[in-house]
Amino acid sequence: MAGSIEIQGLTKSFGSFRAVDDVSFVAEDGKVTALLGPSGSGKSTALRMIAGLERPDSGRITIAGEDQTQTSVQERRVGFVFQHYALFRHMTVHQNVEFGLRVRKEDKDDRRARVLELLELVHMAPFAERYPDQLSGGQRQRVALARALAPRPKVLLLDEPFGALDAKVRRDLRQWLDELHREIGVTSLLVTHDQEEALELANQIVVMHEGKVEQVGSPSEVYDHPATPFVAGFVGSSNVLRGQVVGGEVHLGSFALPGADHLEEGKPAAAFIRPHDVRVAGEDGDVKAVIERVASLGWLSRLTLRLESGEVLVAHVPNEDLHGATEGDRIAVDLRNPKAFLAPEHELERETEASPDVAAR
Amino acid sequence: MSAIAREPGGPSMSEEDITRLRDRDARRGRVVRGVMLGVSLLYVGVLLLAPLAGIVLYALRAGIGTISSTFQLSDVQHAFTLTFEIMLVTVVVTTFFGVVVALVLARDEFPGKSLVSALVNLPLAISPVVVGLMAVLLFGRGGWFEPFFAARGIRIMFALPSMIIVTIFISIPFVIREVVPVLEELGMEEEQAAWTLGASRLQTFFRITLRNIRWGLLYGIALSAARAIGEVGAVLIVSGLLQGQTETATLYILRAFDQYQDQQGYIVALTLAAFSIVLLIGIETFKRRRTSRTA
Repeated sequence: MAGSIEIQGLTKSFGSFRAVDDVSFVAEDGKVTALLGPSGSGKSTALRMIAGLERPDSGRITIAGEDQTQTSVQERRVGFVFQHYALFRHMTVHQNVEFGLRVRKEDKDDRRARVLELLELVHMAPFAERYPDQLSGGQRQRVALARALAPRPKVLLLDEPFGALDAKVRRDLRQWLDELHREIGVTSLLVTHDQEEALELANQIVVMHEGKVEQVGSPSEVYDHPATPFVAGFVGSSNVLRGQVVGGEVHLGSFALPGADHLEEGKPAAAFIRPHDVRVAGEDGDVKAVIERVASLGWLSRLTLRLESGEVLVAHVPNEDLHGATEGDRIAVDLRNPKAFLAPEHELERETEASPDVAAR
Repeated sequence: MSAIAREPGGPSMSEEDITRLRDRDARRGRVVRGVMLGVSLLYVGVLLLAPLAGIVLYALRAGIGTISSTFQLSDVQHAFTLTFEIMLVTVVVTTFFGVVVALVLARDEFPGKSLVSALVNLPLAISPVVVGLMAVLLFGRGGWFEPFFAARGIRIMFALPSMIIVTIFISIPFVIREVVPVLEELGMEEEQAAWTLGASRLQTFFRITLRNIRWGLLYGIALSAARAIGEVGAVLIVSGLLQGQTETATLYILRAFDQYQDQQGYIVALTLAAFSIVLLIGIETFKRRRTSRTA
C-alpha cells in the first residue's frame, strides 16, 4: 500500500483568484506530510486536486510512480478524510466502512473480515450497528478514517481532519492518529492550519501562503530555520523587532542582534525571536526591560516585557530563572537565535500571541 | 429524537433547537396565544373540515345500494381509470425530469439560473384554464404543432395526449421545489466521499444521493399525484368533454351536477377526497421523515 506523492507546478485559479500557484513538493512513501497554512492559502484546493476532486489548470500529479493528473477520482484509489466526516447518514458504521469494498465488488466474506479488522483498528467495533448521528464527533472521524482505509488506498489524504472537533478531543485523536500511522505506515498527506498539529504529526511540513509554497522541510527545520518571514511568524509564535541592517547585525536602538550577514547593509529589517529564546540574564545582559505582566503557565511563566525602545516582547521563562522578579521590576535578558529578514512586509504586523503549545500543557 | 444526547460527548440538542424553544417561550403572552389558537382552529375547522363532513354525509346518505350501482356505471369506471392513467404518466414524467432539473439547479452554476429557478414556479401562478388555452393554441386547429401531428394521424387535442400534457405542465413544480432544498442542505461531501471510495457517478446517485433525498422526493411525488388527480380547469378545456372518452373523475363530477345526478357526483367526489386524504397522510409522513436523520 506504499507510494509517494509527487507534485510538480500545480496551479489552479478560480476566476481571477490564483488559489494554488506553481506548487511543487514530494510527500515521501510511508511518511506523514503536512500542508500547513492559514485559511485561503490554497492547501485544501491542492489536496482536492491530488484526490481528483478538482481539476488543475496546469501541473503534474504523480501517485506511486503513476501520472494521475488526468485520471478520475475513482481511478486514483486514494483514501480521503473530510473535515466534516461526510459519513453516509443512512448507513450504519459497518455499512459505511464496507461501502468502498462493496462498490469494488469484493467478495462478501473478505468484506466482512476487512470491516471487522478496521473497526477493531479504530476502536469502533462495539458501535458497528450505530448510525452516524448516534456518534460523537471524534467517533465519526474515526469511522471516516476506517472507511477511507478499507479499500487499501495507496495514499491517505486528510483535509483538516480534526478541524470540527473541540480542543480536548482533537489532542486525543491526534495522538491516536500518530500511533495508528506508526502501525499501518500508509503515505499520508494532512492539510491543517494548526501548526501544533503539523509539528506533532508530520515527518515533513509544506508551509503554504497565498497559493505558494513558502518552505518544505522537517518540523525542526521549519521551526528552527524558517526560510521566510511568513514561516517565522506562522510556525510557532515569535516576537518581531524592527530595526536596520548595520554590519551584519540588526540594530535595534540600544542593542543589536546578530545573524544579518546575508542582508543588504542599511535596509530595514525584522528580527524574529521565539518566546522561549528570551532568557533572563545577569546584570550584564544587553537588553534591559521592565516586566509589565506575569502569567503563570505552571512551571513556566509568560512575561510581557517592555523594552527601553518601547517595543513589547513576550517571553516564556522557567519560574526558577525569575528569582522572584515580578511585575514592575527591571530585568536584563538575552535574545537567542534571532532570525533576521529584510523589509517589514504585511505579515510582520502579526503580533506575537500566547503560544498554544505551551498554554495547553 | 436525534436531538437528545445519547452518551457523554455525543451529539446534544443543537443550538438551533434551543433557540427555537426559547423563542417559542418568549414569543407572546398567554392571552394572545389563546386567541390565535382559537382563530386558527375555527378557520381550519370551518373552511376545511365542514365541507369534508358535508361530502361524507351526502355521499353516504345514498346508502350502499346507490354507492355500488354508481361504481358499476361504465362512465364512472372509465373516469377513474382515465384519472389514474393521467396521474401515473404525470408522476413518472415529473419525477424523472424533476430530479434532473433539481440536480442541475442545486449543483450547477450557469447564466440564467435564477430565471430557470423562477420559471419552474410559473405553473403555480398561472390559472389552469389559461394553461388549457395555451395547449389549444399549440395543438388545436391552426396551432403551431398541429400540422406535424395531423400529418401523422396523431390526435392530440380532445384526446388523452393533450390531457396528459396539461396535467404534467401543472405538476412540474412540486418535485423540483421539494428536492432542490434537500440537495442544497445535503451538500456534496457524501457524494465526493463515495467517489473517492471508487463509486461511479451512477452508483453514487443510486446508493447515496437518491437515498438521501428519498423522503423529499416522495413528498414531491405525492404532491404531484394529488395535483394530477384534482386537476380540472386545464383538462376541461383540452378534453372536449367527450362522455366516456375524455372524461376524468373530476369532469364526471362536474357533469353529474350539471345533469342533476347529485348523488353520483357526491359519491365520486368522496372517493377522490378519500384518495387525496391517503396521499395527504403519505405526504405528512414523508415530510416528517425528510427532516429527521439528516444531522
